[in-house]
Amino acid sequence: MSERKDLEIIAGLVPEGSRVLDLGCGSGELLAWLKQHKGCTGYGVEIDDAGVLGCVQRGVDVIQLNLEEGLALFEDRSFDVVLQIDTLQHLRNTEKMLKETARVGRIGIVSFPNFAHWPNRVRVASGRMPVTKALPYEWYDTPNIRVGTFADFEVLATKCGLRVADAFGLQAGEVVRRWPNLRASVAVFKFERP
Amino acid sequence: MGSIGQVTPQQMHFAEPLPLKSGARLADYTLVYETYGTLNAAKSNAVLVCHALNASHHVAGLDERGAVGWWDNLVGPGKPLDTDRFFVIGVNNPGSCFGSTGPMHVNPATGRIYGADFPVCTVEDWVDAQARLVTALGIDRLAAVVGGSLGGMQALAWTLRHPQRVQQCVAVATAPNLSAQNIAFNEVARRAIVTDPDFHGGHFYEHGVVPKRGLRVARMIGHITYLSDDAMEQKFGRELRAAELGYSTQEVEFQIESYLRHQGDKFSEYFDANTYLLITRALDYFDPAREHGGDLARAFAAARQNRFLLVSFTTDWRFSPARSREIVKALVDNRIAVSYAEIAAPHGHDAFLLEDPRYHGVMRACFEGLRDV
Repeated sequence: MSERKDLEIIAGLVPEGSRVLDLGCGSGELLAWLKQHKGCTGYGVEIDDAGVLGCVQRGVDVIQLNLEEGLALFEDRSFDVVLQIDTLQHLRNTEKMLKETARVGRIGIVSFPNFAHWPNRVRVASGRMPVTKALPYEWYDTPNIRVGTFADFEVLATKCGLRVADAFGLQAGEVVRRWPNLRASVAVFKFERP
Repeated sequence: MGSIGQVTPQQMHFAEPLPLKSGARLADYTLVYETYGTLNAAKSNAVLVCHALNASHHVAGLDERGAVGWWDNLVGPGKPLDTDRFFVIGVNNPGSCFGSTGPMHVNPATGRIYGADFPVCTVEDWVDAQARLVTALGIDRLAAVVGGSLGGMQALAWTLRHPQRVQQCVAVATAPNLSAQNIAFNEVARRAIVTDPDFHGGHFYEHGVVPKRGLRVARMIGHITYLSDDAMEQKFGRELRAAELGYSTQEVEFQIESYLRHQGDKFSEYFDANTYLLITRALDYFDPAREHGGDLARAFAAARQNRFLLVSFTTDWRFSPARSREIVKALVDNRIAVSYAEIAAPHGHDAFLLEDPRYHGVMRACFEGLRDV
């Protein structure tokens, strides 16, 4: 999530004073913002050394962990909000991770690049894989091992028994609620365990 | 970044006996310590460094014999633990053999050298002794307490015994207790010492001998466990000492044998056998969860106001990352402020003493982030 505006929109979904677990927190930008502006507490989880260092430099509590190993470190319902911002597409076991998110947190907030955004569709129709701002990699060097669409996630959320509380797209720093699967480069879901 | 330069150890005598966890008391003892940097007027910038098995109060700088401190790459002007900002204290624990009251000193109760009669000290007892020194230096609250391995256990124990007297705990390459395998290594080392004919039940001083054979073997075993398989392979492999095999069962054939024998010889010249027994026992006994029905999270409930940094190294099989994660979990369960870095270093347990930019980067960031200093 490079766009500052996108970050603030997502931060807006987090209730004031929440206990937050940010999975794939990078250098802790979002958590630092939530701490400062919304009085939130909690931890980031990050695998990358540079991200971990960035968090400690910012004063954000971070735990260096490979998310593929699961969330055994965290007890059931121990957080108000679990964030997975731009993380899901890097994980092999997407479904398990989503269930873990719902186990640990009351609310889950997920964002990822929407592969069904219309420029991507045009590009695929032309016979090539898309390279865009939200998907900036070539097919052969992308760290995104899971590509999905806004509509796909709705199906997975239902399969995992999650109740979607809010869902919208993000495009150029704006919320897209009308035809997000077509019109937004980023998909955002807020869900709860029923 | 520079060195602290020449440092001179200081001594403090304590007339009031130190009550020990065993129920015994350590009467009339002296602690040897070094300090680096300047204590500020508010006395709020003090950092205590706790030592591991074979180290001492000589953390940084050069001693009178020109020996460099054991954590000199971490502690000094402009270094991650910056002595331009912090007042750093290194203290030798009682029972050790580097100046503080230990088994080679005279027992005031008998007038005889303590030897095997030196009371068994635990990690918690050391922390209490350190706390008395901190008090005597006029410091109410430490900005941080730092240690690796057994030193990390002391740093953790500070937050359990004196949580209001420390802000930040930094515990590197440590564990919430020793595994059976770890105790087993310690026991082999102890048996090597105790069964050395020169040990004389721990009263070898009176016989004018030192159980050097036992100490050598103890050190060799320890040394194997401080290195990773890969690090040893890379450093020595199957390299021979001579050009050809000697077909001897007792001579040194491989370089690794030569290295271990050298380490053992060196160690047996300066380390005390009773100290080795005492310190490995302190390691074995450390288990803060024990008094809480085996529940580590309950043990750490005492440390809710403290901040923690834990660091482990991926190739450390003696104090593995999984053991550090147990501590992290106990802290997270208590909603305690903790950061945890798992450094992919090839060196094994010894990595905590080495300079790695990722490891030292996180350490530096942690110390720089300390407030109210």
